[in-house]
Amino acid sequence: MSDITLNASAKVAEAAPRSAPISQVGFVGWMRANLFSGWLSTAVTLLLAYLIVRWAIGFVDWAFINAVWSVPNNQTQACRDLRGTGACWAVITEKHRFILFGTYPYEEHWRPALCIALFVGLYIVSAMRRFWRKELALIWVGVLTLIGVLMWGGVLGLTYVPQERWGGLVITLILATFGLALAFPLAILVALGRRSKLPAIKALCVIYVELIRGVPLISLLFMASVMFPLFLPEGMNIDKLLRAQIAIILFAGAYLAEVVRGGLQSLSKGQYEAADALGLSYWQKTGFIILPQALRLVIPPLVNTFIGFFKDTSLVLIIGIFDLLTAGKTAIIEPAWQGFGIEVYLTVGAIYFIFCFAMSKYSQGLEAELNRHRAR
Amino acid sequence: MSETLDHIASAARVDAPPAIMLDKVNKWFGALHVLRDVSLNVALGERVVVCGPSGSGKSTMIRCINRLETHQEGKILVNGIELSDDLKALDDIRREVGMVFQSFNLFPHLTILENCTLAPIWVRRMPKKEAEELAMEYLTRVRIPEQAKKYPGQLSGGQQQRVAIARALCMKPKIMLFDEPTSALDPEMIKEVLDTMVSLAETGMTMICVTHEMGFARQVADRVVFMDRGEIVEMGAPNHLFENPQTERLKTFLSQILRGH
Repeated sequence: MSDITLNASAKVAEAAPRSAPISQVGFVGWMRANLFSGWLSTAVTLLLAYLIVRWAIGFVDWAFINAVWSVPNNQTQACRDLRGTGACWAVITEKHRFILFGTYPYEEHWRPALCIALFVGLYIVSAMRRFWRKELALIWVGVLTLIGVLMWGGVLGLTYVPQERWGGLVITLILATFGLALAFPLAILVALGRRSKLPAIKALCVIYVELIRGVPLISLLFMASVMFPLFLPEGMNIDKLLRAQIAIILFAGAYLAEVVRGGLQSLSKGQYEAADALGLSYWQKTGFIILPQALRLVIPPLVNTFIGFFKDTSLVLIIGIFDLLTAGKTAIIEPAWQGFGIEVYLTVGAIYFIFCFAMSKYSQGLEAELNRHRAR
Repeated sequence: MSETLDHIASAARVDAPPAIMLDKVNKWFGALHVLRDVSLNVALGERVVVCGPSGSGKSTMIRCINRLETHQEGKILVNGIELSDDLKALDDIRREVGMVFQSFNLFPHLTILENCTLAPIWVRRMPKKEAEELAMEYLTRVRIPEQAKKYPGQLSGGQQQRVAIARALCMKPKIMLFDEPTSALDPEMIKEVLDTMVSLAETGMTMICVTHEMGFARQVADRVVFMDRGEIVEMGAPNHLFENPQTERLKTFLSQILRGH
């Protein structure tokens, strides 16, 4: 009898799949689970939503609705009347060239503008994996040389512009790009050196890292700018920007070296042994086996340091170099434009943010792609 | 008749220089004396299985043969070349000595094929195409040619270990060292790796193999070496050694191994 019952029940048509109740899935379900799961969380949600909306309305009013976008001939009275209720974007309209290019001669502004475009182009090309081959190094050398020629001039019919007149965003990009492009290989060598079996090389690398890491970047920049010339023979003078650049390279190199060393240490001993057992030489082992794995592992802290140093280039203001932030600050020294710092700093901040956020987003994609072999 | 043949064969072995010669090798890890006067000659084409309890120095001994560990006293000659601080000699030795590790140690960021072709291309200076053909040949021999484009992480443990064997063979070594090649494997995968090793032994490869697989030792070993506390305690033909252990230490070890199986 029981057999029959079993058979009968097996013949019952399979229940048609139906979707979960609307209150459990999708947007509504998410809201229920995360925002309105109890009376307390509902109260907190409503309170925070009220504050966010109020702040957002205030900001839109200030930044867009009540804002002044331009004023005739430095007549900033219209702006001053709006203090506190509306933004004076006229300061950006008026001063954007100074913020981007500093005191570079006005009629030659196309040159730093082109340099900024070249830098951005270089970043984009370097970011694409299909361009990752030996020729890319040549492209870098070529583009960086071209940028040097454009900025300095003095050849090809370009008028000579001394380094003291460079400024703005282009200085920030020069310091960050040369700084990180040279600090990174330096850091790899130092990290390898710190793990070397040769005592002299190891000691040299340890001393370098500890010495540089032990002092603030500002003091290094001061040394580069004030003390270093004292040691040079009379009449010899190295460009101020170059000295700051070297200080930044050395500083970033020490920090990046420690990041890279972390990656080297996280590899299992077996990887080194397998490479040794196959007869690979030290540089073959390092180049094919160790670094490719170690660097993939440290992409997040590496990019963290990159982003940090991109912003730290703004410290060169203390030795009188006009980077993006200093140019922004200087733009509002003029009496007519005093008091419009918020607008300028917001703009400068937005420019920093675009570069840093792009780096961050790109690194996330790169990390996922390069570590695909770890997924099963 | 057969006696003469045996005689000729053993004479040939005696005349040829030993593939590996260890002479009173001593090694310490700090204060720990891990190898004590270890002397061992391995003839060309000979298959030696090394067994012993853990911590007996068997892994350390074979790792000394390609200088993954350095010995502090005594002499080690591989193919007649003495191991020393001479890096050129070390390169020559490592090129001729393949090694398979307990934990496979494949390069996880390279495909199976790249794992196998890297050393032939860069150490043997073999053209890429030729190295790939060679790699496919050996991957076919270990019966996983279809996995060539995958990454090590996508393979099972047994498959990874077979790739590791193929990778070592791609360097066309004269000697193969196996450091507990099946100890990290699930039981159902041990056989596939042992089968690969048996067929390798049949090609006449000189092999030194640290393992607890007594069945494998009986099947292929010319000689079994039993080590304990850093010393070679006994050695001999597998049947002789397993059936007539001379020392208490070997008796104890064998009873533990047999109970375990």
